[in-house]
Amino acid sequence: MNATTQNGSPFQKGLDRVLQSRVAEVLAYPHGVDRYLEALNPLWSVKGVRAEVDDIRYLTDDSVTLTLRPNHNWQGFVPGQFVQLTVAINGKRHTRCYSPANSVHRADGLIELTAKVHAKGFVSRHLRQQLTVGDVVRLSQAAGEFALPEERPERILLISGGSGITPVMSMLRTLCDERYSGQITFLHYANSPADMIYASELETLCRQHDNVHLVRSFAQQSEPGELSGLFCREHLHTSVPDFAQATTFLCGPPPMMAAVEKVWKEEGLENQLFKEAFTLNTPSLDSDSPEGEVRFAKSNTTAVSKGTTLLEQAEEAGLTPESGCRMGICHACTCRKTAGKVRDLRTGEVSSGDEEDIQLCISVPVGTVILDI
Amino acid sequence: MGTANTLTKEQFDAIGQELDAIRNREMADLGEKDEKYIRKLIKRQRQLEVSGRGLLMLGFLPPAWLAGVACLSASKIIDNMEIGHNVMHGQYDWMGDPAISSKGFDWDNTCTNTAWKHTHNYEHHTFTNVINKDHDIGYGILRMSEEQEWEPRFLFNPVLAVIVSTFFQHFVAIQSLQLENYLIYKTKTREELKEEFRPMWKKMRKQLFKDYLLFPALAGPFAPFVFAGNISANLVRNLWASQVIFNGHFPEHAEQFPESVLENETRGQWYVRQMLGSANFEGGPLLHLMSGNLSFQIEHHLFPDIPAHRYARIATDVRAICEKYGLPYHTGSMARQTLSAWKRIFKMSLPGKPKAKQDNKGPLGGLRAKVTRLTSATDSDSRKAA
Repeated sequence: MNATTQNGSPFQKGLDRVLQSRVAEVLAYPHGVDRYLEALNPLWSVKGVRAEVDDIRYLTDDSVTLTLRPNHNWQGFVPGQFVQLTVAINGKRHTRCYSPANSVHRADGLIELTAKVHAKGFVSRHLRQQLTVGDVVRLSQAAGEFALPEERPERILLISGGSGITPVMSMLRTLCDERYSGQITFLHYANSPADMIYASELETLCRQHDNVHLVRSFAQQSEPGELSGLFCREHLHTSVPDFAQATTFLCGPPPMMAAVEKVWKEEGLENQLFKEAFTLNTPSLDSDSPEGEVRFAKSNTTAVSKGTTLLEQAEEAGLTPESGCRMGICHACTCRKTAGKVRDLRTGEVSSGDEEDIQLCISVPVGTVILDI
Repeated sequence: MGTANTLTKEQFDAIGQELDAIRNREMADLGEKDEKYIRKLIKRQRQLEVSGRGLLMLGFLPPAWLAGVACLSASKIIDNMEIGHNVMHGQYDWMGDPAISSKGFDWDNTCTNTAWKHTHNYEHHTFTNVINKDHDIGYGILRMSEEQEWEPRFLFNPVLAVIVSTFFQHFVAIQSLQLENYLIYKTKTREELKEEFRPMWKKMRKQLFKDYLLFPALAGPFAPFVFAGNISANLVRNLWASQVIFNGHFPEHAEQFPESVLENETRGQWYVRQMLGSANFEGGPLLHLMSGNLSFQIEHHLFPDIPAHRYARIATDVRAICEKYGLPYHTGSMARQTLSAWKRIFKMSLPGKPKAKQDNKGPLGGLRAKVTRLTSATDSDSRKAA
């Protein structure tokens, strides 16, 4: 299913078996075998995927393209799937999802990730400005339902907007490597040609493969695209008149995805449309107002936020989270916040909206917060 | 010391604000250098451990055995103190690495992460040196305060202290059982004890199996050398760790408090109690490292979740605050503090309350009375966070 899987040598397999054995576990108790391996080489791990940055390119002014060399634990991916990339920025770990853009048939087994660098994008800015070749990052295994089916459809339409291009780029590159014979239309929306990631490679692929049709639409009318403006029904009728026969893969910003979905729904073609939202579908928790709710995910409980500490709110909701000092020193009440922002009562500082551990007894929710208790 | 006796509520509040400012300053500064420090230290500890265990396999050669014991002892001390104790305090939780977090870390010690965080992080650090609330005052085994009623068993205080030190990791592991309540005061049943002991035994068993069966077995015919080496390393760690910890709160000038101080205690008063109840000892960087920076016990008690390698720098500011408000800052050489702690252990073996009734005499007794009076008089918002 995935050509990039590296099966490893017999030696590697034997070593893996030893390192995963019960004896190794007891010898390394209580730290675990990985904690010793990583002291020798940051890429080594019994099960975890670690990858070395092999190359960094800047295809546009506001993007960064990383080529990563994963360790042997990487099990490969299906075009369209995403991975979680974890990097430490000023000592603190941050995780973001990216879809590999490379062909799964890439001979060297490397992974290519492209990130768009937003002005506020803390992690993407780090990837562009700080990361260097040779750095080691952590990856998850690939995941996601958005994936090219193993039995390739006969007619394929790939629609993307902005950096949503990466998963469909992987599909296109994979299909080209496979000498796929069906028709492929690659419909992409970007602000301008200069903003378009993979612009020149797409042109080349289009020239080399008769079955690949590239249709670009740029926001400004003056720009030289096949189309112009945002997605609309007319675009389909002019450029992909047979879209009803195609299996369509869609990834882009939410408004564009909504517009495309609407058309497919109206045509009754929903089961031919596969989509990936690259801005994660977590509820919008960006509000700075104290109003909102506290969701205790594991206990399936929700409470309207009262503006008191999360520990007090959890207890009022009938939960009994572990707790101790109630003044922020003992860390007994530390738990996982999966989304939302909290204010530290001691410093007044508001956290990021990322998933992270917080202390319930000194945290007050800012807007809606989801806790893993 | 005159000022100490006349600390007003406003002064307690001011002390609280000044210490909070230090805390905020340090927390805002957390970053890559802390990460590098702890990762490098963990790497060194793992290297020491692997070398130690490797050398002990060649333990039939006396120099290898000695070097092995030295490496493994150092490894266990660093693992338990500068890494384990500090990581489990949440000093590195902000990094978001489960392997270096208060929730995820476990140490090369028979005590479980959960039990430790309860008896130490919560009970000891919240109720520091408060009689009947801080179990670390004697661990239920020793008599360490005039306020503890004398019992004949305390005649053996010094002997008991040596036993506690020798088997320190095991006493720490079972501390939350409060065994004295079963053995002596009969307030706990055998069944309750058994139930509480189960999770502890699970961890103890694994540690004992690893150190005393598996590693010796790997050495084949040389198993006795490994066995003896591991016993020695555990003993060295136990003696060292217990002494460092005794020195933090047992020296004679470290203050103890009646339960009444907890009523309506403000943040400023909590801070002052931490300072008065703790004692530092002085030395070079290696001594601080091997003590897990508990040589800066005062700073540790003020800021238990700030990375401990920062205490040396913070100490200057804390000392300045103590001087400003006329508060004592207990410090001395390691030898002096050790001697003082043992003096208390010996003194407390005899009945009587040598100093207990002199509440208002001397600078510290006077301060204690002052703290007590103030805390029971004030109506402010207690400890429920800032």
